[in-house]
Amino acid sequence: MFSGFMVGTWEAASMVAVVGGLVGFFVVMRGSAFAAHAVPQGAFAGAAGASLLGLNVILGLGVFAVLAALGIGWLSRRGRHDVVVALMLVALLALGSLFLSWSTQYEPEIFGLLFGQVLGVDRSNLVPTAMLAAVCVLVILALFRPLLLASALPEIADADSSRTRWLRTGSLELIFLVVLALATSLTLPVVGALLIFSLMIGPPAAARSITANPRAAAGLSVGIALATVWLSIAGAYRWNLPVGFFVGVLSAACYLLGRGWAFCRRHARRVSAPGSVAMASAPEWEQP
Amino acid sequence: MSGVWATIFQPGFFASDEVRTALIVGGLVAVVSGVVGVFTVLRGQSFAGHSLADVGATGGSGAYLLAVPPLWGFLALSVVGAGLMELIGIQRARSRDLATGIVLGAALGVSALLLYWDTTWHSSNGQAMTVLFGSIFALSESTIPLVVVFSAVSLVLVVLVYRPLLLAGLHPDLARAQRVNARLVGWVFLAALAIAVALSSIALGSILSTAILIGPAATAVRLTRRPGLAMLWAALIGVLAMWLGVLLSYDSYTWPPAHHGWPVSFLVVALIVTAYLAVDLTSGRRRSRHRPDRPPVAAAEPDEDAIHAEWVA
Amino acid sequence: MSGRTRDQDSGAAAAQRAVARDAQMNSAALLSLDRVSVGLGGREVLRGVSFAVRPGEFTGLIGANGAGKTTLLRVILGLQRVDGGRVSVADRRVGYVPQKVLLEPDVPLRACDVVALGLDGRRLGIGWPSARKKMFVDEMLAAVGADPFADARVGELSGGEQQRVLIAHALIGRPRLLLLDEPLANLDLSSSADVVALLARIAREQQIAVLLSAHEMNPLLPVTDRIVYLAHGRAASGTTGEVITTEVLSRLYGHHVDVLRVHGRILVVAGNGGPDAGRGPITIDHARDASGGAV
Repeated sequence: MFSGFMVGTWEAASMVAVVGGLVGFFVVMRGSAFAAHAVPQGAFAGAAGASLLGLNVILGLGVFAVLAALGIGWLSRRGRHDVVVALMLVALLALGSLFLSWSTQYEPEIFGLLFGQVLGVDRSNLVPTAMLAAVCVLVILALFRPLLLASALPEIADADSSRTRWLRTGSLELIFLVVLALATSLTLPVVGALLIFSLMIGPPAAARSITANPRAAAGLSVGIALATVWLSIAGAYRWNLPVGFFVGVLSAACYLLGRGWAFCRRHARRVSAPGSVAMASAPEWEQP
Repeated sequence: MSGVWATIFQPGFFASDEVRTALIVGGLVAVVSGVVGVFTVLRGQSFAGHSLADVGATGGSGAYLLAVPPLWGFLALSVVGAGLMELIGIQRARSRDLATGIVLGAALGVSALLLYWDTTWHSSNGQAMTVLFGSIFALSESTIPLVVVFSAVSLVLVVLVYRPLLLAGLHPDLARAQRVNARLVGWVFLAALAIAVALSSIALGSILSTAILIGPAATAVRLTRRPGLAMLWAALIGVLAMWLGVLLSYDSYTWPPAHHGWPVSFLVVALIVTAYLAVDLTSGRRRSRHRPDRPPVAAAEPDEDAIHAEWVA
Repeated sequence: MSGRTRDQDSGAAAAQRAVARDAQMNSAALLSLDRVSVGLGGREVLRGVSFAVRPGEFTGLIGANGAGKTTLLRVILGLQRVDGGRVSVADRRVGYVPQKVLLEPDVPLRACDVVALGLDGRRLGIGWPSARKKMFVDEMLAAVGADPFADARVGELSGGEQQRVLIAHALIGRPRLLLLDEPLANLDLSSSADVVALLARIAREQQIAVLLSAHEMNPLLPVTDRIVYLAHGRAASGTTGEVITTEVLSRLYGHHVDVLRVHGRILVVAGNGGPDAGRGPITIDHARDASGGAV
């Protein structure tokens, strides 16, 4: 499975994993599970439309993903409730199904877009995919610290940004949404629209349960994502099954393992050091 | 006059068995979804509805594999999913979303597997389509009694917890004082929701089922503050959207570009969204701002708090 | 000119000297508000609020919930536009400790990471750890008494511990002005006293101006230099002795209140007589109700 046409697949898969793991780290940090779920759905319609018109699918994906991300940002800024956003996205999904019903390749097309396929990224798309991936990774790494601050301590970040021109919290949010959209569009062909979400939250959630060091957690997130995607590709190739199946199940497994580890860690600390900080000081602030 | 009639109702419309089944099932589904949907929207459980649909899809795919009527599959997993969600539901909002999302992912992954097996083992084409995007014309007449029964069950459940739900929404402390068991009420409602989701999944497919659940309800809630009236409106809008969608889909057989009709699910969703936009744009109410990339806290979304405060029993 | 009496002369000169002295004081002020007014949601939240804060001063912003304390802090931070008046902040370096932060237990940030973000959270890049940075961070953590839990997950810390970490985060940027929004609101009495002592020491040693809001003034009395008392959108500022008097507060509240001093504590009580006569005495001392929340 490591030769010939599969080389490109492994390269693409690795890129997908790195981007998914890194962007996912902040998706979980910011609690953007909703956007991570919604943007791929919007992208699906774009892919379907592009396929119908014979255009480059990644292009269609990318455009619709960015539109969906910006749309979510705009709607929410205007105080739109997520019911509206959900409706808009369902409408986009329906549109996607309409486009696909018009093309001759209905069934396999849908299946691949929704659940991913091993050969999702073919050789011709490898370079654009790599470029997109590079952009995503570079932006996230460059904005690592500001994103950390704005995600974990938004009140303080807001106060900071109001006094300096540089990096207002609003711009940061927008940039992140666009990066999410780009990450979605390069991930979708391989993993599938419905399972991108799993890849972006499973590995990071597991990583953060294992370590509290932010840089280590981000790195671990990428590592776990790589392992997940590689295993998924291998499994899909070996048993001729959809990639999405493996991604979904493996991500869930990672998440559970991470939770299990965290539980053991907390339990062990409590047992071994009864006078430690965690036990000694009762929480004085009630957590909502 | 008869020319106009024939254009609107293409020949064979009223004679067709599939159409009749579609209209009956669609109508019932719309009524149930409207009623349950209003509470879903008011309680801020739209995400739960969406999740249950995805989990239900696994059941639907499995049902095809086992050559069992898909409704049973959707139902079984929907209810199991609802139970799981109730269990996870005790934790804080954000981590609950994460946990729910992971479970969804696993369920969808399994759906992928099952749908793939459907196609290869049974060489029955179009299964993914039907489970995910629905095909109301493909329902057999034997589905109708099942739909009737489960619609009734769901409606009865809602009626049972109607007052406690309203009370819990209006005034949680008052509800506690009157010994309304919030958890039990929540569970009963979730069961009603699971059934409604399963029903709408066989009509519109699991991916699009959310539209009929929250679309008419969200529209109705914009029209009136009274939950009971909102339910009537939601059911009405839903039924109209369904029937009109069925009609248009039937008529569209000759339409471009592919000349094999436009998918009924798409048309229904388009109508629902149009109705919502029409109502929404003509009533601009001010809303509160929240972070763009995540929803308001699931348990008490700010906008729905405003609606809560305005509930009239 | 010759028509003027000596008295008039000295009166005018005295007035001029007073203005000059005020100008000199205000020019040294880190923060000055001049007749600031803010309206929110159709309500006038702040009306003509004026006060100044000088380096090294410890100022308490006292007022009941809804009196406008948070709005005032937001104005100073630049998060809220003013409808009238001027705000001038002499130095950009302002530290801010918000009232509540939402940190889930499994957020991958340790206390030392949060403090480090105070140092370089606005710079691009990943921020690889360096010995120098670690030294600064450790120093700051020790200064606020947070070194026992420096490597603990910040989301797993108690409220008081998190607060210390946030104070360290705000201080490591070497601000000239430190703003805290209701830092004592959810702490028990002994933790309150600890935080107040810590802040006072920092103000003194680092010559940092501290402005914190509270609805209870008693914990601050031992250390505070000045009080800004907010009521019904209006403010009175000065030393404790100048502001917390029956006359000043009655004027602020618009009806008669009594200021009682009991064992070194101050109690502000609405009394009979005046427009509220017949309503019976009500304590306005922003007392807490049984659950610990402010009334």
